[in-house]
Amino acid sequence: MLSVDIDKLLGEFSMALKFDAAGGATALFGPSGAGKTSVVNMIAGLVRPDRGRIVLDEHVLFDSAARIDVPAHRRRIGYVFQEGRLFPHMTVARNLDYGRRMSGVTADPAERERIVSLLDIGALLARRPGHLSGGERQRVAFGRALLMRPRLLLLDEPLASLDRERKLEILPYLARLRDEAKVPMIYVSHQAGEIQRLCSQVVRIEDGRVRASGGLELLDAEGAH
Amino acid sequence: MFDLSPDEWTAVELSLRIAVVATTVALPFGLLIAWVLARKDFWGKALLDGVVHLPLVLPPVVTGYLLLITFGRKGAVGGFLDTYFGIVFSFRWTGAALACGVMGFPLMVRAIRLSFEAIDRRLEDAASTLGANGVWMFLTVTLPLALPGVIAGMVLCFAKALGEFGATITFVSNIPGETQTLSAAIYTFTQIPGGDAAAGRLVIIAIVIALAALIASEWFARRAGLRYHGE
Repeated sequence: MLSVDIDKLLGEFSMALKFDAAGGATALFGPSGAGKTSVVNMIAGLVRPDRGRIVLDEHVLFDSAARIDVPAHRRRIGYVFQEGRLFPHMTVARNLDYGRRMSGVTADPAERERIVSLLDIGALLARRPGHLSGGERQRVAFGRALLMRPRLLLLDEPLASLDRERKLEILPYLARLRDEAKVPMIYVSHQAGEIQRLCSQVVRIEDGRVRASGGLELLDAEGAH
Repeated sequence: MFDLSPDEWTAVELSLRIAVVATTVALPFGLLIAWVLARKDFWGKALLDGVVHLPLVLPPVVTGYLLLITFGRKGAVGGFLDTYFGIVFSFRWTGAALACGVMGFPLMVRAIRLSFEAIDRRLEDAASTLGANGVWMFLTVTLPLALPGVIAGMVLCFAKALGEFGATITFVSNIPGETQTLSAAIYTFTQIPGGDAAAGRLVIIAIVIALAALIASEWFARRAGLRYHGE
């Protein structure tokens, strides 16, 4: 269970959001520029809210009143960025193991094997990111985030940089991740179609505010893209 | 023609040793200062930047003189180091290395700083979400990605150290076998009758060393660069 209640002023743009996300996949849905990525960055610890609280299960990640601000590297939150952000100087295998090593998680070859085959990236392990297609890169990015055994997985428009066919290629992997990896997910998107296939809860964000939260019926609501 | 006299060999060997030591000792400081200048904002940053670049714009003789009054045996820092640690710079090869390091430092910092600034910060964010603290992030992401620039900075510093003349001769004089570097030896030979042949030999050696350093750095930088683009 993730509960977020934060205020943040970014230049002229003011954000004030409060929402809860239970297990499974929760969509942050709304038009571009609504502040979705900033919310996710604050949950990850990359951007500091001005005020508020972020709590994941029993862990307080941020609490301005209690002066708690757990740094990003100790939050154990997997983050898949829009553009993958694989380390260009490491092979796919080293990219995959990076999070596990840095987080001090003991190696679990069976788990690694399972995730590698789930994402179908076994043939890519010796390559460098420069030699991967966009879809392959995103699959490796999913694997890298999962292998650190995160408490929560943040997916920020992970399909946005891909063309339609690549998207269709990756969506089934994401559905499998959701069902098999059993990590709660926050899925950021402005595409209702993707959300329908993956998520059970929706938080609609517009202009730095939560407009509504509930089930998939919110996708049809007026004003959505 | 390539029958070098022992004195000439000594000058070559001494120059290489001074340049290697100057570059090696300057590197950790260069990395630190370059990183601070590339990543931090603080009061006095422009001043630090200016001080680091000073040897590049001051006449080398002035830099040498400043070193002499600071690091000489009677200088504030030099006296302290001599009394408490037994480290002496004046009229020693270590002083020549210090002068060369100071002169090459701005070139090194500049190259490394530019490569730090060129790094995609978003990769560092990714590293921190994956559990890397500041030190690990630097060692596993920032430094490897900046490697071509670090190598370029080291080569520039090495080349400057190898060719340094004004600051060195002012600070530690021109003592054969101790502080007489390649450049100083060439200068000395041009000042004595019949020294042309010896000067010529040393000039050729200087050209060969400089070319070899350039080619080696090009090769290293290319290899590092190719690795990132997955060739």
